[in-house]
Amino acid sequence: MDAHNKNDQTEDGRQPGAPLLEARGLTKAFPGVIANDTVSFIIRPGEVHALLGENGAGKSTLVKMMYGLLRPDEGELFWQGRPVRMDKPSTARNLGIGMVFQHLSLFEPLSVLENVALAVPGKWNPKALRKRIIDVSTAYGLPLEPERIVQSMSVGERQRIEVVRCLLQDPQLLILDEPTSVLTPQEADQLFTTLDKLSAEGRSILYISHKLHEVRRLCSGATVLREGRVVAHCDPRDETPGSLAELMLGTRIAPPSRATAERTTPRLRVFNVSATSTRAFGFDLKDISFTLHGGEIMGIAGIAGNGQNELMKVLTGETKLDHEADAIRVDGAPVAHFGPIHRRLCGMAFVPEERNDHAAALNLALTDNTFLTGFSKLRLTRGGMIRSRRTLDHTKKVVDTYGVRAAGPNADAGSLSGGNLQKFVVGREILQAPEVLIVAQPTWGVDAGAALAIRQALIDLAATGSAVLIISQDLDEIFAICDRIAVMSEGRLSPPVPVSEATTEEIGLLMGGVHETLSEHREAAT
Amino acid sequence: MSGLDHLTPLILTVITASTPLLFAAAGELVTERSGVLNLGVEGLMVTGALAAFAGTYVSGSAVIGVLCGALAGVLMALVFAALTLSLLANQVATGLALTIFGLGLTSLLGSGFIGVTVENIPKLNIPGLSELPVIGPILFGQDAMVYLSFACVGGIGWVLARTRIGLILRAVGASHDSAHALGYPVIRIRYLATMFGGAMGGIAGSYLSLVYTPMWAENLTAGRGWIALALVVFSTWRPGRLVLGAYLFGAITVIQLHAQGLGVDVPSQFLSMTPYLVTIMVLVIISRDHLKIQLNAPACLGRSFHPAQ
Amino acid sequence: MIRLVPRRQRSRAMVWGAPLLAVALTLITGGLTFAIMGKPMGVALFTFFVQPLTSVYGISELIVKASPLVLIGIGLSLGFRANVWNIGAEGQYTFGAILGGGIAIFFHDSTSPFLLPAMLIAGVVGGMAWAAIPALLRTRFNANEILVSLMLTYVAILLLSYLVHGPWRDPDGYNFPESRLFPEVGTMPVLIEGTRVHLGVFFALIAVAVALVLGKGLTGFKLKLVGLAPEAARFAGFSETGVIWFALLAGGGLAGLAGVIEVAGPIGQLIPTISPGYGFTAIIVAFLGRLHPVGVLLAGLVMALTYLGGETAQIEIGVPAAVTGLFQGFLLFYLLACDVLIRYRIHILIGKAA
Repeated sequence: MDAHNKNDQTEDGRQPGAPLLEARGLTKAFPGVIANDTVSFIIRPGEVHALLGENGAGKSTLVKMMYGLLRPDEGELFWQGRPVRMDKPSTARNLGIGMVFQHLSLFEPLSVLENVALAVPGKWNPKALRKRIIDVSTAYGLPLEPERIVQSMSVGERQRIEVVRCLLQDPQLLILDEPTSVLTPQEADQLFTTLDKLSAEGRSILYISHKLHEVRRLCSGATVLREGRVVAHCDPRDETPGSLAELMLGTRIAPPSRATAERTTPRLRVFNVSATSTRAFGFDLKDISFTLHGGEIMGIAGIAGNGQNELMKVLTGETKLDHEADAIRVDGAPVAHFGPIHRRLCGMAFVPEERNDHAAALNLALTDNTFLTGFSKLRLTRGGMIRSRRTLDHTKKVVDTYGVRAAGPNADAGSLSGGNLQKFVVGREILQAPEVLIVAQPTWGVDAGAALAIRQALIDLAATGSAVLIISQDLDEIFAICDRIAVMSEGRLSPPVPVSEATTEEIGLLMGGVHETLSEHREAAT
Repeated sequence: MSGLDHLTPLILTVITASTPLLFAAAGELVTERSGVLNLGVEGLMVTGALAAFAGTYVSGSAVIGVLCGALAGVLMALVFAALTLSLLANQVATGLALTIFGLGLTSLLGSGFIGVTVENIPKLNIPGLSELPVIGPILFGQDAMVYLSFACVGGIGWVLARTRIGLILRAVGASHDSAHALGYPVIRIRYLATMFGGAMGGIAGSYLSLVYTPMWAENLTAGRGWIALALVVFSTWRPGRLVLGAYLFGAITVIQLHAQGLGVDVPSQFLSMTPYLVTIMVLVIISRDHLKIQLNAPACLGRSFHPAQ
Repeated sequence: MIRLVPRRQRSRAMVWGAPLLAVALTLITGGLTFAIMGKPMGVALFTFFVQPLTSVYGISELIVKASPLVLIGIGLSLGFRANVWNIGAEGQYTFGAILGGGIAIFFHDSTSPFLLPAMLIAGVVGGMAWAAIPALLRTRFNANEILVSLMLTYVAILLLSYLVHGPWRDPDGYNFPESRLFPEVGTMPVLIEGTRVHLGVFFALIAVAVALVLGKGLTGFKLKLVGLAPEAARFAGFSETGVIWFALLAGGGLAGLAGVIEVAGPIGQLIPTISPGYGFTAIIVAFLGRLHPVGVLLAGLVMALTYLGGETAQIEIGVPAAVTGLFQGFLLFYLLACDVLIRYRIHILIGKAA
């Protein structure tokens, strides 16, 4: 099956020379889903090539096959014109392929030096390796200290280890899987500078992303995947974000519809909340204060690991506060002394960041998962016994209202795809008609269709007068649906400002730890 | 010098009591650093004890006996590894099964050996050095296995901290997914670490049946395997602390025995309880600093590894 | 080459199939063991597994031996479901027997009908108290309950030894390490003439019924959730501490009850060895019964059979009774191995591996 050649250009000597890596007809299927269906593409030497597609399009599977982590059911790979069998990562590495994973494969209790040593073959020579790490990391603008323990490093710093790890092996092809999802805008710019340098040295880069502006900034070639198939080869610089989005999603996606928000009474008031983190290198919360109004959606931006988990646990009641009870008020009622069950009875609802075995129990049925957060408010027990009929009805309602694709209301939560499970988990809370809904990473790892449905559901909930708080790493998402934005950094929360008044650059600075308020920052700049 | 005269034999018996704990705990430490929780140490020890006793009895050589003990430990550990690493069975339950099975098996097979005696393992004797007062017998008059125990612990410490193999082992215990992504054979490494733990447990048992009480009796181990597990926690998975812990326990065991002999007016059963009660106390003291445990315990301890295919 | 392919959903059939398969494999291995020991395979298997059931007395003995196993097994199954590993049931059993038996010894001249109930309550309290220690140490100090409860088992057994060798030794007992015989009102009434079947059977059945009801309610849900996804349980608002206490106290209380029932029933006094390892066998019972109350009941009967079989085989064909422990170990191993079939299918690939 030939790929559709948009603009009719890829095959005609734009970049002369044999392809560095060629994939022909790669196919991989898992029980119930075909992840990649006869995928073919070419990467040339010195090219920065994008692999575009929404979550669930098959990018990760494809890349794992290129790196030897998965074996294709059909199809072939060619390296510098010769066929190769990528049966394990070391084969790929020996050929000159380096990979920076999206979910970093680092070892937290070990040092930078040890982490690099594990990825680099050869005799165990700590002294020489230490010097090489310092040299290479500084040369490419990603400085590292070899003796630091990974657990103490931020996500952006950790990613540098992965990149330097690859660079030490002199790769011809560097694969980066969604690298900027964990970076501040400024850190992302630094990464792009590094990538430009690598490309100038004649190395190829395969850049996997769904962020169109980055792809247009960096890449001269792109392969677009949709639902496992290649739908286009093109040059992103010749496309508009709109046309690329249409290729990725297949239809013209309208952004979620939002009337200007009618802010009503304050519904959630958090005042001077502090809490110590229970994790070894987590950030303590310091004097968190904000007010959430009915009808509005507020977004808290920030890179993961800056206290968002701690904040969520304080808001749900999983972390006990030793404050006065009115440090947190819902519709005027003090709730800080309550645990999650009572807070839900007061009208709060929550969707934590991790849907696997936190928001939902994967080994339990959807009905059990409905019961999990709804049993008190929806009155799903009588005299200590579970009311199965009522629970089942509620579950069906969630599944039908939000289009959750599952084998049935009794299917295990673990059998659902990420997008469907997220729809279930968000829908379950919204159908309890909460006064205040707090959602962390609402569309993380979720396909475009589900992401749209979830965002629309949140907007609709706010329109009924409820207050919605979103904690998200995705700035685009916050700017798309939120009315106000605040930034979480190192356990502190910046004062919220209207989204219309904030710029990406300012938010990026705040995410990076600049603690002035936006107005102070603007004053200083003028 | 009469105080010192009492001291020397006391220290010697402490060494004898501590050595099996040191062997077993050191082996389990390696196993746990790779991410595998083997609760069947008691079963390993008792099987090793019987195998060593039988081997020595049949062959007349203690060396062959110890090798039999080690081999028995390896085989038992292999069963555990097959169930937990290949068949993905629950590690806690399988460890318990190993103990129950080991106790049952040795109970059955050992009945023929009750009351039989074998040759003792000879002690080292360096003319001149071994006769020095106090330190002579202690440092230079031990049987080979005591020296072996220290060599093992030292070797384990060095390998873990300073070699590539040790680094890989630690990495597998810290994050088996990352190790797999880097191409390391997680399952194979864990098999080897578990079998090593089995060998050490078997050797620990051999020491019990060949040196400590050179006889076979049912339930010879009397919970030492469980104490060894507690020792690994106490040591926060570091070999140096392990020596401290093992000798602390050896000392307690010996002191309570001597207290009984010295006519301390406490019923013998209460004295016998001391090692177990102290184990509980030690566990509490170490575990309550949960941040320290979080930083030192292998993050994958007890978790099954499912490679995505 | 054998490969494990994950199933999309846990196989309901294998949840109950695995125990049956494990039993079958144990029978086969048992037969081979007997053959290795030089005993005729068929006869030995018959003697071990079938003969005890061929007489009314045999069946009554089965029930007598199964009762404590079921009682303790129910308690353990509740805990295991919540990932609370109470391995010290043997110690809780012992301490329950000590407290309950202690009352019988203290009031050894009593003729009051309240003595037995008081003993039983004391037994439950004793077991709970002994289990409260690992509960406290786990919830306050994060100490591993497996090791703590196990250490306490040794302590309890030593305590019993001290008592029957010392202060509680029968003054008229010719210096044997045993306590007085319990008074008439302090023994479990026999239900069926000519057998040793006593009131304890009812307690076991009541425990099964209560566990069934609990399982279908909020308590059962909490236990299940804490065991499968503790973070989700906290998110739901359930107190993990509360669940741990419940699991350990329930297990301890039932074990303590089993202990006092045994010494007030078949044994009739306190002696140094009051259990052929019920506390540990009950672990196997809980697993074999899939942590389900009815399953535990059936598994208790199966394991009781292994005890009877061992005794019968010892008498009839001269096989040491220790073979029971061996078979129990085999059964647990096979069960753990067969459990893999619940979540995975086995593909046998012949020729070059894919």
